[in-house]
Amino acid sequence: MTQLTPVLTSNWDLPDSFTLDGYGEYSAARKALGTDPDAIIQMVKDSGLRGRGGAGFPTGMKWGFIPQNDGKPHYLVVNADESEPGTCKDIPLMMANPHSLIEGVIITSYAIRANHAFIYIRGEVLHVVRRVQAAVREAYEKGYLGTDIFGSGYDLELVVHSGAGAYICGEETALLDSLEGYRGQPRLKPPFPAVAGLYACPTVINNVESVASVPSIVANGADWFAGMGTEKSKGFGIFSLSGHVTRPGQYEAPLGITLRELLDMAGGIREGHELKFWTPGGSSTPIFTAEHLDVPLDFESVGAKGSMLGTRALQIFDETTCVVRAVLRWTEFYAHESCGKCTPCREGTYWLKQVLKRLEKGQGTEDDLVTITDIADNILGRSFCALGDGATSPIHSSVKHFRDEYLKHFEIGGCPFDPAASTVWGSK
Amino acid sequence: MSYSPEVRERLETDAKEIIGRYPKPRSALLPLLHLVQSEDGYVSDDGQEFCAEMLGLSKAEVVGVATFYTMYKRRPSGEYNVGVCINSLCAIMGGDQIWAELTEHAGVGHDETTSDGKITLERLECNAACDFAPVMMVNWEFFDNQTPESAKQLVDDLREGRPVVPTRGPGRLCTFKEASRVLAGFPDGQAGDGPSAAGPSLEGLKIAKANGWEAPRPGAQERGSEK
Repeated sequence: MTQLTPVLTSNWDLPDSFTLDGYGEYSAARKALGTDPDAIIQMVKDSGLRGRGGAGFPTGMKWGFIPQNDGKPHYLVVNADESEPGTCKDIPLMMANPHSLIEGVIITSYAIRANHAFIYIRGEVLHVVRRVQAAVREAYEKGYLGTDIFGSGYDLELVVHSGAGAYICGEETALLDSLEGYRGQPRLKPPFPAVAGLYACPTVINNVESVASVPSIVANGADWFAGMGTEKSKGFGIFSLSGHVTRPGQYEAPLGITLRELLDMAGGIREGHELKFWTPGGSSTPIFTAEHLDVPLDFESVGAKGSMLGTRALQIFDETTCVVRAVLRWTEFYAHESCGKCTPCREGTYWLKQVLKRLEKGQGTEDDLVTITDIADNILGRSFCALGDGATSPIHSSVKHFRDEYLKHFEIGGCPFDPAASTVWGSK
Repeated sequence: MSYSPEVRERLETDAKEIIGRYPKPRSALLPLLHLVQSEDGYVSDDGQEFCAEMLGLSKAEVVGVATFYTMYKRRPSGEYNVGVCINSLCAIMGGDQIWAELTEHAGVGHDETTSDGKITLERLECNAACDFAPVMMVNWEFFDNQTPESAKQLVDDLREGRPVVPTRGPGRLCTFKEASRVLAGFPDGQAGDGPSAAGPSLEGLKIAKANGWEAPRPGAQERGSEK
């Protein structure tokens, strides 16, 4: 049986884990700043660390794309805009352990030769913003940020920047536009941020958890990290269980753990109920059902079964849940958050919402299922960025797995489920 | 109407500090809009004018940005912005019922403010606390594991001026204006309040400790999870 491997979460039960006293002396950053930057990049490549923000792009390779000796400033931007429905790992990580992120920022910035870094945090989490602000200030006071860090001659400025409410800013190029003071709309790629990112300069954008994992790799070695996980999905990650589970929460485990194993640890589905469907990595990843309980939660295995590992946001729904209602709500979310730049996403999500509302009320027809599938087909692969693609995942996967449930809505002219039964208090 | 000279001077001092954080001034626009909200409680006409002046932008450019982001209020709003997550997971876990009962109880709907100016209600999208569902936020502080009863009590307490404490946050709930100032990058000294982590955030760690599970020690690696 797979065991949990707390690394980033290991100090969260200390009352002062968010201070330097509760974290430590930045020994990995000290070590890194005495090493050749290229050796750090190589080490992260060797570790096999892949982006923890959903896409799973190899982190070290991303760093390696930054052109060197180009005479331009380089930037590191940490994507802390955690907003994907179901995803709730970076927020507790920054609340409990912000110094792991800041130490990671120092090492990453040094490796890519950046002297200015930004943490772009969604604005809707005030106490997390406070914690990160305070941790950055503490690091400055200790001389871990600023000029001549650890006497190495290396300088780094770190700015904490609060967003203002826009899911799309989690898309890396939209985030850059937002950080430059514009509406957060995605940019055409190429050029990729590694070449022309923030202020048209070479920029690395990494997820919070990716950056926070870096100090442990520097401290313990690439082999240590690569010794966990699977062949192509190495290391550990935070798995976030939510919904109809006995003990929802954050479970840090090697990639490749299964939902069955995680549910065992979490006390199973809430008492008296059974698993109906779940997302492996947020609402933008096609839903799974009970038949996928033993799929190893790594990038390859989840992909092979038609979904995506995403952010390991395991939203669990039991048999009391109406899948049409869940999909409607996600669709309303995408329509709300569509930035409006491209037609397929802007118009497509709007119309998906209209048709799904009708379906949920039992006023639709079987033709409506053809319509939503057709709209989704016309969004997928034709949108400007991944938000549009993501909006189609719940549509396609729910129609595939639960076609009969959609049909049932029109057969009886309404929703066959009692929403009260799926509430926290409804089962008691 | 425009800011009094004293207010203007104070805002300018703050604005210059914000602008000084960035390699290019325009990057300061989002925090400046938070700053304006900390003064006026919403993004006022004066506030937009002020941002435009400070950054050398046209007012239209500022308005274009301010209207894109949902956290910027476009008209005066309540002292407490009370949000209920109605994204799928929270809605299903009870957020829909909370919303229905709370709007009935408070007599206002989405983006509407009670007549005493205390409460603005908002339907929220996912606020990244799904393991604490159903989730509410007041002035962007966490109020975890809510019920219809606790939600109504919360709003009553806020309206009556009784002390209210977030589940994971500071010992004192700040006003919307005060919260906006923190978001503009001016800390309020409350970062040390509240737990490091609580409840569900600690479940995995608790189980690991109970079972004696740890990440492998460096140098002693086997392929850990690989069967």
